[in-house]
Amino acid sequence: MSVVELAPSDLVAAPEGRVVTSARVRGMGAFLLALAAIMVLAFGAGVPSDAKATFLLSAPPAIGLAPLVMPVRWVSIALAVVCAGLGAALLVRARPRGSYLTFGAGVTVFIWALLAWAARGNTLNFEQMLAETLVSATPLVYGALSGVMCERSGVVNIAIEGQFLAGAFLGAMIGSATGVLWAGVVAGAVAGAIFGALLAFLALRYGADQIIVGVVIVAFCTGLTNFLTEQVLTPYQATLNSPSTFSPAGIPLLDKIPILGPVLFYQNVFVYGAAVLLVVVQVALFQTRWGLRARAVSEHPRAAETVGIHVLSVRYRNVILGGVIAGIGGASFTIGSIGEFSADMTAGLGYVALAAMIFGRWRPFGALGAALLFGFSISLQSFLAVLNVGIPSPFLSMTPYVITIAVVSGLVGRVRPPAADGVPYSRE
Amino acid sequence: MTTAAAPPEETLSEQGAPGAAPPPWWLRALRWTAEANVAVVSFCAIVFGLFVGAILIVVTTPATLTAWGQIGSAPGHSLSVIFSTLGNAFGALFTGSIFSPSAVGHAISTGQGWAAAFTPISETMVSATPLILAGTGVAIGFSTGVFNIGGQGQLIAGAIAATYVGFGVHLPLVPHLVLVVLAGAAGGAVAGFIPGILKARTGAHEVIVTIMLNYIFLNLLNYLLVTPPLQQPGQSNAISRTVPASARLPHLFGGGLRVNVGFLVALGVAAAAAWFMKRGTLGFEFKVIGANPSAGRTAGMDASKATILVLTISGALVGLAGMSTLSGTDFFLSSGYGGNNGFNAITVALLGRNRPLGVVLGSLLFAALSTGGRYLQANTNIPLDLTQVIQAVIVFLVATPALVREIFRLREAGAGKILLFTKGWGA
Repeated sequence: MSVVELAPSDLVAAPEGRVVTSARVRGMGAFLLALAAIMVLAFGAGVPSDAKATFLLSAPPAIGLAPLVMPVRWVSIALAVVCAGLGAALLVRARPRGSYLTFGAGVTVFIWALLAWAARGNTLNFEQMLAETLVSATPLVYGALSGVMCERSGVVNIAIEGQFLAGAFLGAMIGSATGVLWAGVVAGAVAGAIFGALLAFLALRYGADQIIVGVVIVAFCTGLTNFLTEQVLTPYQATLNSPSTFSPAGIPLLDKIPILGPVLFYQNVFVYGAAVLLVVVQVALFQTRWGLRARAVSEHPRAAETVGIHVLSVRYRNVILGGVIAGIGGASFTIGSIGEFSADMTAGLGYVALAAMIFGRWRPFGALGAALLFGFSISLQSFLAVLNVGIPSPFLSMTPYVITIAVVSGLVGRVRPPAADGVPYSRE
Repeated sequence: MTTAAAPPEETLSEQGAPGAAPPPWWLRALRWTAEANVAVVSFCAIVFGLFVGAILIVVTTPATLTAWGQIGSAPGHSLSVIFSTLGNAFGALFTGSIFSPSAVGHAISTGQGWAAAFTPISETMVSATPLILAGTGVAIGFSTGVFNIGGQGQLIAGAIAATYVGFGVHLPLVPHLVLVVLAGAAGGAVAGFIPGILKARTGAHEVIVTIMLNYIFLNLLNYLLVTPPLQQPGQSNAISRTVPASARLPHLFGGGLRVNVGFLVALGVAAAAAWFMKRGTLGFEFKVIGANPSAGRTAGMDASKATILVLTISGALVGLAGMSTLSGTDFFLSSGYGGNNGFNAITVALLGRNRPLGVVLGSLLFAALSTGGRYLQANTNIPLDLTQVIQAVIVFLVATPALVREIFRLREAGAGKILLFTKGWGA
C-alpha cells in the first residue's frame, strides 16, 4: 500500500516542475563561488606557471583539428573569473528562472579547469572522453526511458537494474549461441519484457507493493544470472558467452564534423537506437492520444476510467514496454561493448538510471540530460584514473554515486511525480 | 502445487445451523491450515521457492539434462537420475544447515563427536546473527514508511568502526567488547543519518540515496583497506588488521562451535525492538507516521525528525550486524565485506512482515538456506546463488498473499495482510 502525501509545497509547484526556492538558488551561487576559489588556489596558484595541458580534439573519421595547448595556471584563473561571475549573478539575483542553466555553465567551466589541471604536463584525449560519455550514458538513457514509460502510467519500476542484468545475460547468451547479434538484441528485449510482465502481474493483478516487488525482482535477477553464469555460461564459455559486439558505424558526411562528428555520428546501433527511442517516446507521450491516455492514468486513474480508458490495460502495456526498453539497454552492456557477461556487471547503474529519470522530471529529454551528466562522471573518473592525478582510485570510483546523491538532494529536491505513481488501482 | 486442497467435509460443515455447537478443535485446526493466514502463506511460499529451486537444478545440471533426453527410451532410468540429483541436492541443503543423521547417530552410539553433530545448526545460527540484526533495522524503517536499502553500506560502516576500536583500543575483554559493540552501532548510525538528514532537509528520496551510499561505502572500504592504519602491516593485499582476542565475541559452547554471544545480542535486540515498536512512545509515533503522515502531523508529530531518527536507528542496527560478523567470526575486513547480508536483510524483513519475531524466524530460514547452500556448492557443485533465487521467490510470494491464495487454493483470512508502507517519490 502506498501513501501519497501532499505537502503544501506540492500545491504551489507548477505541474511536473521543481520547487526552486530562492534559498536554493543562493546555495547554487555560493557553491559556484567555492568552486572558483578552488580553481584559483589549486588549479591556478598550485601549478608551475609554465605547466601546459594538451587536449586532443580529433578522431579518425573527422576532419583533423590541431590539439589545444593551454597554459594551466592562466586558463584556470580566467575560467575562475567566469565561474565567480556566474556564482555572483545567482547570489545577487536569486531568481529561479534560468538558474539551472547558469549553474550548469559554472560547473562546466569548473570541469574544464579541472581537466586542464589533471592533464598538466600531459595529454588528454578529450575527443575520446566525450565519446565515452555518450557510450556510458546510453544504458542510462534506456533505463531512464523505461522508468518514464512505467511511471507515466502510474507504476514505479525500481526493477530496472534487474531488467538490465536479465537483458545483458540473455543478450550475450543468445548473441553468442546464434552468432547473430540482432538475435541478442531481441533476446535482451524479451528478457526485459518477462520481468516487466512479472512486475505488472504482481503489482496490477495482485496489488503488491511496487517498490518491494521491484527490489525483489532485482534480487531474483541477480541470483538467477549469477547462478546461470556459473552453472551454464562458464562451462560453455566459448559457445555461450563469447558474442561479438556491434562495431561503430559512421553516418556519412556527418561523422566528418570536427569534434562532435565522431562523438555523435560514429557510434554503434545502441547509441543510435537510444536517440531514436528518445524521440519516439517524447512524441508518443506528449503528442499522441496514447500518450495522453497513459498520462491521464498516471495522474488520475479514476477519472481516466470514467471516460472509458481501461486503466489496467494501459498500465500492463506500458510496464511491459518499459521492460523491453530496459532489456535492450541491458543487452548494450554485453553485445554493445564488452562482449561477455559477468556477474553483477551492471553495478547499480539501473538505480542511477532511475535517478536520471527523477532528475529529468519524468521527461525523456530531461532524462537524457541527466544521463549525459552521469555518463560524463563515469567517463571522467576513468580518464582521471589514467592521468594519475593523485586521487586514490576508490575515490574516483565513487564519483558517479556521489554526483547522483548531490544532484538528487542538492538540485532536484522535492519533485512532483505523476500523482498516482505507485498507487495500486482497483475498480470499486 | 495443490498440496493444500481443502478436504470435502470441511466445506460441508463450514456454515453450521444457527445455534449449533462450535466445531470441534481438530476441525478448526484443519480449517486453519487451509486459510491464507500468515503461517500458511509463509509455508506455501517456502514450498514454492524450493520447487522453483528444484526446477532450476533439473534444467541446468548436465546429468539430469542427459537423463531428460532419454526419457522416451528409458523413463525409469531418467526419473531415477532426476530424483537422485534432487534428493542429493536437498539432502545436502538439510545436512549442511540442520544436522546430518549419520553424524548424530555416530555421536549417540559412541558418545563422541557431538561437536560435529551440532556444527551445521551452529553455523546456521552464526549466519542468522547478522540477518536478525540488519533485518530488524530494516523492519523498523519499513513500519515508518522508510525504505532503507542501504544495508550494505551501513553494515560496512559499522564493521569499519568496530575494527578501528577493535585494534586501536587496549582494554580488558568486557569493556573492550562493549566499546566495539557501541562503535559498530555508531558507524551504522552515521551511515543511516546521512540519508535521513538529506531526506528531511532536501527531500532526496532515501531509496536512491541509500543505494548510492552502498557503493560509496564499498569504495571507501577499498580505500581504507590499502591505507594505514587499517591495512594489515606488511601486507600488500587489501586486508585489514586483525582484532585482538579482547574484541572478539566469546563462543557460547566449546568444541569449536562458532555460534557466539552475538546470537544472543541479536535476539536481545529483536526483543527490544519488538517492545519499542509495541510499547514505546517513539515507536508509536513511528508507526503512526508510517501509516498516515497527515494524521501524525495533525497530532503534533514531527515527520522530519522521525525520518532522521528512524534511518539513524535502522542504520545503527544494521551497523551492529557488521560488528557481529567482524567480532564474531571474521576478525578482519576484506573487500566487499558483508556480502549479501545487507540486501538479504530487506528480504528477511519482508518475510518476517516487519515484526521482530518474524524477522528472527525468517533469518533462521534464510541462514539455513545459505549455510546449506554452501554445503551444497562444496558437495554437488551447484552454485550457492541458487539459494538467493529461492529466497527471492519466497519473498515474491510473501509480498503477494493473493497470489499464494490462488496457487494453493487457500481460503481468505484477515491475518494474511502485510503491514508495509513504501511511499512514492514525492513524499
